[in-house]
Amino acid sequence: MLATQPYTDIHTFLEQHNNKELLRFVAIGSVDDGKSTLIGRLLHDTHQVYEDQLADARAHSADGEIDFARITDGLSAEREQGITIDVAYRYFATEKRKFIIADTPGHIQYTRNMATGASTADVAIILIDARLGVLQQSKRHAYIASLLGIPYLAVAINKMDLLDFDPKVFYAIQQEFLAFAEKLEFVGLRFFPISALKGDNLLHPSERTPWYTDGPLLRFLEEVPLLRDVEHQPFRFPVQLVLRPHLDYRGFAGTIASGVLRTGDSVTVFPSGKTSRIKAIDTYEGPVDTAFAPQSVVLRITDEVDISRGDMLVRSDQAPPYAAHTLDATVVWLDEQPLDPNKAYQIKHTTRSVKAHIERVHWKSDPNTLDHLPTTHLALNEIGRLSLTCHRPLFFDPYKNNRHTGAFILIDTLTNHTVAAGMLLPLPPQEIAPDLEQQRANARLIRPRSEVSQSERTERLRQHPVSVWLSGLPGAGRTALAYALERRLFDLGYSSHVIGMTQERLLHSAEEAAMLCRQLNNAGLLCIYPGDSHSRSARDYAREIIGSDRFLCVDIDVPQEVCLQRLETQQDPRVPLFHRSAPLYEPPHQPDLRATILEDQLESTVHQIVSLLRQKSILLPVEEKT
Amino acid sequence: MSLSHHLTADPPTPPQALSTMRLTHLRQLEAESIHIIREVAAEFDNPVMLYSIGKDSSVMVRLAQKAFAPAPLPFPLLHIDTTFKFREMITFRDHFCAEQGLELLIHTNPEGLAANVSPFTHGSKIYTDVMKTQALLQALQKGGYDAAFGGARRDEEKSRAKERIYSFRDRFHQWDPKNQRPELWSLYNGRLHKGESIRVFPLSNWTELDVWQYIYIEKIPVVPLYFARKHPVVERNGALIRIDDERFPLEPDETPQEVVCRFRTLGCYPLSGAVRSEATTVPEIIDEMLRTRHSERQGRVIDHDSTASMERKKREGYF
Repeated sequence: MLATQPYTDIHTFLEQHNNKELLRFVAIGSVDDGKSTLIGRLLHDTHQVYEDQLADARAHSADGEIDFARITDGLSAEREQGITIDVAYRYFATEKRKFIIADTPGHIQYTRNMATGASTADVAIILIDARLGVLQQSKRHAYIASLLGIPYLAVAINKMDLLDFDPKVFYAIQQEFLAFAEKLEFVGLRFFPISALKGDNLLHPSERTPWYTDGPLLRFLEEVPLLRDVEHQPFRFPVQLVLRPHLDYRGFAGTIASGVLRTGDSVTVFPSGKTSRIKAIDTYEGPVDTAFAPQSVVLRITDEVDISRGDMLVRSDQAPPYAAHTLDATVVWLDEQPLDPNKAYQIKHTTRSVKAHIERVHWKSDPNTLDHLPTTHLALNEIGRLSLTCHRPLFFDPYKNNRHTGAFILIDTLTNHTVAAGMLLPLPPQEIAPDLEQQRANARLIRPRSEVSQSERTERLRQHPVSVWLSGLPGAGRTALAYALERRLFDLGYSSHVIGMTQERLLHSAEEAAMLCRQLNNAGLLCIYPGDSHSRSARDYAREIIGSDRFLCVDIDVPQEVCLQRLETQQDPRVPLFHRSAPLYEPPHQPDLRATILEDQLESTVHQIVSLLRQKSILLPVEEKT
Repeated sequence: MSLSHHLTADPPTPPQALSTMRLTHLRQLEAESIHIIREVAAEFDNPVMLYSIGKDSSVMVRLAQKAFAPAPLPFPLLHIDTTFKFREMITFRDHFCAEQGLELLIHTNPEGLAANVSPFTHGSKIYTDVMKTQALLQALQKGGYDAAFGGARRDEEKSRAKERIYSFRDRFHQWDPKNQRPELWSLYNGRLHKGESIRVFPLSNWTELDVWQYIYIEKIPVVPLYFARKHPVVERNGALIRIDDERFPLEPDETPQEVVCRFRTLGCYPLSGAVRSEATTVPEIIDEMLRTRHSERQGRVIDHDSTASMERKKREGYF
């Protein structure tokens, strides 16, 4: 590695290198746009490539020339496939800055990889093949770059050497791109006529583009202002961990997400709403008076306030963050398994991890037109808008204002995969409150619904709540069966309830029972109703109240004479029913299960019902208690 | 032994920040690494920090000290001792850990030791597998660690360029390059199934130059072998191998020579090639690095086994 700058003395170099800033950029392009070549070229021309690596890049090209793309080529699996399969990071430095490149390969997983690389980037470089012009794909990439909040976009119009550096081509592409990019939210947008292969307008202005005077790409990367305006951002400090080396020391360790803090500042703690003052800002080197983003520090406060990981300290004299259970966000779906609205996910936001469920998928973006399409789920690489409800509130700012406190990831609690990247949107005005107390009051007003979702209940209780209606003649043994089933379910680790007798009557009416079943099903419990639903219409009515997806009918088919005999033996008051002319009972046409209870068959019938519930995945596997 | 006698004069006062509340790139890297180390300490039950005695480990330990100061490190250091480390490394290790009050665990593969596995008798491939990879797996298994910090950097080698900061390993500690989690912003997903673990690389975004620069401005002690002086060496396959002890079997026609040289990477002495050099201070090392055109790993015999050897080793559980 050689220094790029005229290099005379190591101490001068060290002094200079000591004062460099860090700029992250993401290089975006599809296969064949020449992205790997561009990066290889930047690394090579800034002397970051070692001789042995260069020899490797030469050895693998046909003509012994340097294969620039080879320099950045990584894993053997992708060499075999001839494509890059992930985000790779490259490093180089010039005399002005140190750079981290996120190299995001173009292929099927593109959106996911690009979002990953773009999440921390200050600049995006989009490559456009001058021969092909602005493709739908380029627009989509620009859209994702803007969505991920990258302030600057550099459009590198590549392969200009193949078109004799024709300015007409360059300006036509620029015009077309600008017309589209108006809708996007970049702070700055620049165009470069380049040849990655030949090196034109990369490090130095090209002699072949005398008509172009805006300077080469690298100069732009060295000079573009970094938007690290910490002084005007509100102070946000998500607590990572509490340090307690001895009884007299209690420090809150974390990375300042945004803003500036000084000793003596008054701070408010979320979620408790308590306020205190900064007693000290500690570092390994000793206390400091001022700290700012993105420093990692330890804070001590003057009062004994209960603070733990996931809490947030903010300055009391600045605008507070949103504190809300309900969130609106734009998300990029990253997982092979599509979004499942019934699943509970875990949100990781700053240092806070909470469970969340998806209230609504508003739309997804059409990959070609970027139009919003109605949808109920999102699949891999799709971008959409969601509403979510969290178990505990998050303290956040809109992503547009703060990339640290406005971002989250969603984790599938079953596979542990990171399934989505989310960018929080501002809440509607009625949900903004001037202070915490008001915010809490508002939260109550705007959240009349349960914060526990059905899927969470299912996950906890390991069962999908259904109501099992036992139909059959009086004396068929339904009540005994109901309690035996309840007992068995309990022993297996499930929770159920028999809608049983009251003081006044033996059983509830079918309608009353159905209302109860619905209520208990909503609470996540299984219901068993051994009631007297002799008519089909009554049964249908109950089904309607409970919901057909939660209604199961088990018909107990016992011959009438057996039933009568049983009731007579027990001197049951219902015996006279058997002597009436009207039909006692309308058996269901298509019960979910037809069983009988003769002699000692109660247990086997219980077993049949449990098997049915398992078969229908109503009962989920329960983990063995160890 | 003074641990910092190789720092000529005083390094310039390290600027914490540029003029108007901006961090220099090193301070930004530092802050990001501290963030990572704290996240792991907060979210994992039983972390451990792999300590290889090299310069990267020295930097990583300093970052960990910064992350938890004034508290001590909430996890131990673990050194995999192959018994073929340079003796100076072991001396440095014991001195450094004692001086800094660090809890150090040392593990050597007992079967390998019993079978006298050495790079001379078994070749570098088997030796590395038994005394490094297997030994590491044994130690991780024994300690039941769910997270292990390593000092690897992405600029070291091509296949490292895609390594995540949280690198997931299955129950068998194997790495599947196709099944790694995307890492966005600074939000790390550390959820594990039973038996799974992660390797964490807080220095991922540091380059070799950054590491030396940081050692310089932070006055971090490193093993003296990094600095040039006379060493008894023999030249094999173009590499200068130091005769560190009597176990080194000399070929009949070989005679050790005293050569002024230094080591760019430290590991097992029979597998670590020295480079001819006059650099005796950190600035001179940086100076030399800026002028040299060979990558750091070239001195490592292990990488020359095959083009994709590092990737294969990683799949098998190597760091």
